[in-house]
Amino acid sequence: MKYQPVIGLEVHVQLKTDTKIFCGCSTQFGAEPNSQTCPVCLGLPGALPVLNKKVVEFAIKAGLSTNCSITPRSIFARKNYFYPDLPKGYQISQFEDPICQHGWLDIKVEGQEPKKIGITRIHMEEDAGKLVHGELSGSGDGSGVDLNRACTPLLEVVSEPDLRTSDEAVSYLKQLHGIVTWLGICDGNMEEGSFRCDANVSVMPIGSEKLGTRAEIKNVNSFKFVKQAIEYEIQRQIDLIEDGGTVIQETRLFDPNSGKTRSMRSKEEAHDYRYFPDPDLVPLVINQEWVERSRQELPELPDKRQQRFIDELGLPLYDAEVLNGSRVLADYFEAGVAAHGNAKLVANWVMGEITRALNDSGTSIEFSPVTPSQLAELLKLVDKGTISGKIAKTVFDEMWKSGKTPGAIVEEHGLVQVSDCSAIEGIIDEIMAANAGQVEEFRGGKEKVFGFFVGQVMKASKGKANPSVVNELLINKLKG
Amino acid sequence: MRLAALIISFLCQKSLNKVRDTSNMNIIEMTIHELHSALKSKKLSSLEATIAILERIKAVEPKVSSFITVTPEQALASAKNADEQIASGHCNLLTGIPLAIKDIFLTEGIRTTCGSRILENFIPPYSATSWEKLRDRGAVLLGKLNQDEFAMGSSNECSAYGVTRNPWDTTCIPGGSSGGSAAAVAAGEAIATLGTDTGGSIRQPASHCGCVGLKPTYGRVSRYGVIAYASSLDQVGPMTRDVADCAAILDAIAGYDPKDSTSVNMPVPDYSASLKEGVKGLKIGLPKEYFIDGLDPDVQKTMTEAIETYRRLGAEFIDISLPHTDYAVATYYLIATAEASSNLARYDGVRFGHRAEAGNLLEMYTKSRSEGFGTEVKRRIMLGTYALSSGYYDAYYVKAQKVRTLIMNDFIKVFNDVDVMLTPVAPTPAFKIGEKINDPLQMYLSDIFTIPVNLAGTCAMSLPAGFSANGLPIGLQLIGKPFDEETILRAGYAFEQATEWHTRKASI
Amino acid sequence: MKISVVDVEQVARLARLELTFEEKELFATQMDAILDYVEKLKELNTEGIIPTSHAVPMENAFREDLVMPSIGLAKALANAPGRSDNFFSVPKVIE
Repeated sequence: MKYQPVIGLEVHVQLKTDTKIFCGCSTQFGAEPNSQTCPVCLGLPGALPVLNKKVVEFAIKAGLSTNCSITPRSIFARKNYFYPDLPKGYQISQFEDPICQHGWLDIKVEGQEPKKIGITRIHMEEDAGKLVHGELSGSGDGSGVDLNRACTPLLEVVSEPDLRTSDEAVSYLKQLHGIVTWLGICDGNMEEGSFRCDANVSVMPIGSEKLGTRAEIKNVNSFKFVKQAIEYEIQRQIDLIEDGGTVIQETRLFDPNSGKTRSMRSKEEAHDYRYFPDPDLVPLVINQEWVERSRQELPELPDKRQQRFIDELGLPLYDAEVLNGSRVLADYFEAGVAAHGNAKLVANWVMGEITRALNDSGTSIEFSPVTPSQLAELLKLVDKGTISGKIAKTVFDEMWKSGKTPGAIVEEHGLVQVSDCSAIEGIIDEIMAANAGQVEEFRGGKEKVFGFFVGQVMKASKGKANPSVVNELLINKLKG
Repeated sequence: MRLAALIISFLCQKSLNKVRDTSNMNIIEMTIHELHSALKSKKLSSLEATIAILERIKAVEPKVSSFITVTPEQALASAKNADEQIASGHCNLLTGIPLAIKDIFLTEGIRTTCGSRILENFIPPYSATSWEKLRDRGAVLLGKLNQDEFAMGSSNECSAYGVTRNPWDTTCIPGGSSGGSAAAVAAGEAIATLGTDTGGSIRQPASHCGCVGLKPTYGRVSRYGVIAYASSLDQVGPMTRDVADCAAILDAIAGYDPKDSTSVNMPVPDYSASLKEGVKGLKIGLPKEYFIDGLDPDVQKTMTEAIETYRRLGAEFIDISLPHTDYAVATYYLIATAEASSNLARYDGVRFGHRAEAGNLLEMYTKSRSEGFGTEVKRRIMLGTYALSSGYYDAYYVKAQKVRTLIMNDFIKVFNDVDVMLTPVAPTPAFKIGEKINDPLQMYLSDIFTIPVNLAGTCAMSLPAGFSANGLPIGLQLIGKPFDEETILRAGYAFEQATEWHTRKASI
Repeated sequence: MKISVVDVEQVARLARLELTFEEKELFATQMDAILDYVEKLKELNTEGIIPTSHAVPMENAFREDLVMPSIGLAKALANAPGRSDNFFSVPKVIE
């Protein structure tokens, strides 16, 4: 018998806000355990949550970018269960009426037509704290609780069970990852858990209408592992059925070392989360005006922007693709174009000098010491003939190191291009006198020597001679 | 340190001021306004007043047990501080006034138990907004008052720290859950107190102990730092010796708090300003469902007389109906216990509170909670957990929330026709300690006249209106429109001016 | 009887309460009486009625995304019944 896998994904997106979802504690990663806590995120008696407005704004943007409708009135609910990393004994989440509903993403898998994957819902919730095991002094085999992460804002994005293969799942995930990082609402760091995924996997005989029993695979934290975990799980379920067994509904953990999933020992009791509306929070009402305002603020999505770079800025496809590698890079480029005007020239510099300098110094574009307007300023110096293109590279390196403006560097180092004919003529005369042999060779028809003379003149002028002036004068003089 | 020694040490530091004989001033019976004018005119110092009340606490606590924790050291220090403020000319109405608050309010650095064993050693790292507001105005904290555990109870018998007794008859309950707050006012152990009211927990003990108690509209006073029982019903309010004091405390604590999402961001009127405007032409509704056959005859008589008094003062009475009253207790016990079951999940022995010895996590949870919570709390957690559990949620919790809508609509409708409602607070005067403790349902039903107000979210006040044949106080309840505390305060003040019930003191 | 001792045990497990045999019996009886009383809500037709969470209409309470000082380690851990280094310590978590 042939089987049809059915996959749905639940993705937790950690939002890049400065503070937690319900209190003013910092969300900075890596602080001393429990140092970023307050009565609210510690779940102390009497503490009350107050919603971070930015979380709502981020959620709306995520919804609009995934074709969701924004729920006009949504509410928060309590999900009740006991666990040491959950300070209040309940997680504040959304259950009925989540903020975004009924969206979709188009995914592309090589060799297939584009496919629409439904998004059931996106809701806001708080993260739990962290448990550490076996590293603590004097606690025997106990565990330690760090609540710095407790109350960090998350979006949970739930897909419809529309995915059929591990490749489709990965494509969907990459697409979603691209969107949330592009929107600037998530740092996308999968290793630190900023973007993590649970996969619901089942199989059914091809042609069947009835979905098989699904297993939920928890916290798979790379695209590669998602693929492995899903493929393993599909095969495991098929083998099980073929052997006459039945798949049970359970939670399974993926072990990246073995490439296998294993059952988390099933809890003694079925979960009963006893969801109910959180009486400490009030309904969230989002009117059409707010939605429209958010829509205006949306950055252009990568696909559209790339096309615009080609259509409106006249860039070749390759350049448009490279520059759209990240939103900040594209922003940098566009700011440069706005300040300078010549898109292709700016593109060459961003893809050339800037990228090289970033690589050499191991920084990323948002920390570039040379701003787009400084870059434009530099290029304008070339346009005006103040400096040569070659000198511009030297000036750029100095800008990168010192953070000074190009004008200041040019002045300080006396790098202004020499276009004064008499000064250049003097240099040419000296060089011709010193290299009489080569002058004869040129006049004898060996025109390749011309390059030698250009090099000598530029060298003698420390690169400051205007190359076109040099060319013109040299030709005249050499031809005698 | 023993109280006497502590007081002497404070007096020594205060070498310039000779100790005056204040025994003829009857400090312990003063209202805020009386004490304030004595402080302002320098007839008394806050330290003298505080010492007098601390002495009173020492004398009557063995009989009343209003307090869980007395804080003489802090009290004397703040009193001294207040005296300096007064000396330098900075004296507002609450400067130097010795107050006490229910042990449900978090007080930074001062143990806060909420009447529970599970918080026996809990020293909060922050303070409730409502207490901060009083403290910032110079009020002196005498200590933390007894209450039913987690505010769950109507008799104060459910405290882990012993039952508070009614100062009018120590064999009777003071009411609950703010029983300590009411008893302390009645017994001269504080000039005024703060309580909380989820289903009548301010009004019912105020009625039983002969003081004034106001439950403001939901959202009027911040709940931040108040240990939650049922979040959609809990509200903070004053308990005082007269209506003017009640207005004064409300003036101090009312208002928007950005730390409480359910506190309402709207202007706060000056509650003290409009007290004296009288009740001429005021339309008072008498809901027929509150004047039932089972009403105690003394309560019935008190209500009849109160109506007569208001008529004399020029108020108009209108017979009205709140048809869903009979469903309020059932609705309340589903909603309140459901919210409570979740609110009390944080008492798990991980970050604070009692932790039992246990070999594994599950055992730590169950043992810590079972050792830490008393029977009534467990019963309500059980009921609430059941009401929310899968398969019952719609039939119980959602149903109750829908009936809550009907109850609320009753109020909205009635308030189209009347300005306030007048009702009894409780069907009977204070009952005997132990009388209802074994029958939770009967206990719950004693809150039948106060619970609908919490469900409707509006404001109501209990004020002294008479006495039973046995000499127990009986209160009347004035229910106002949402955010119209002004009108019930004004109506209460007019009643108080026309009667002398509030001037009677318990002899203990 | 709506509520049996077995029901009580199941609810107690959800609520992380350990009840004595006497408590189970007592609660079964009392919860039964209370739920019986609560049955009266069924007399009311609530079809189409919107459930009320807060009696006072409220919406959209926000804070801005501004970092506020945390309370600090000492205060955060001051009431901890068990701590190890700067963690709250708990008995082994059994999966």
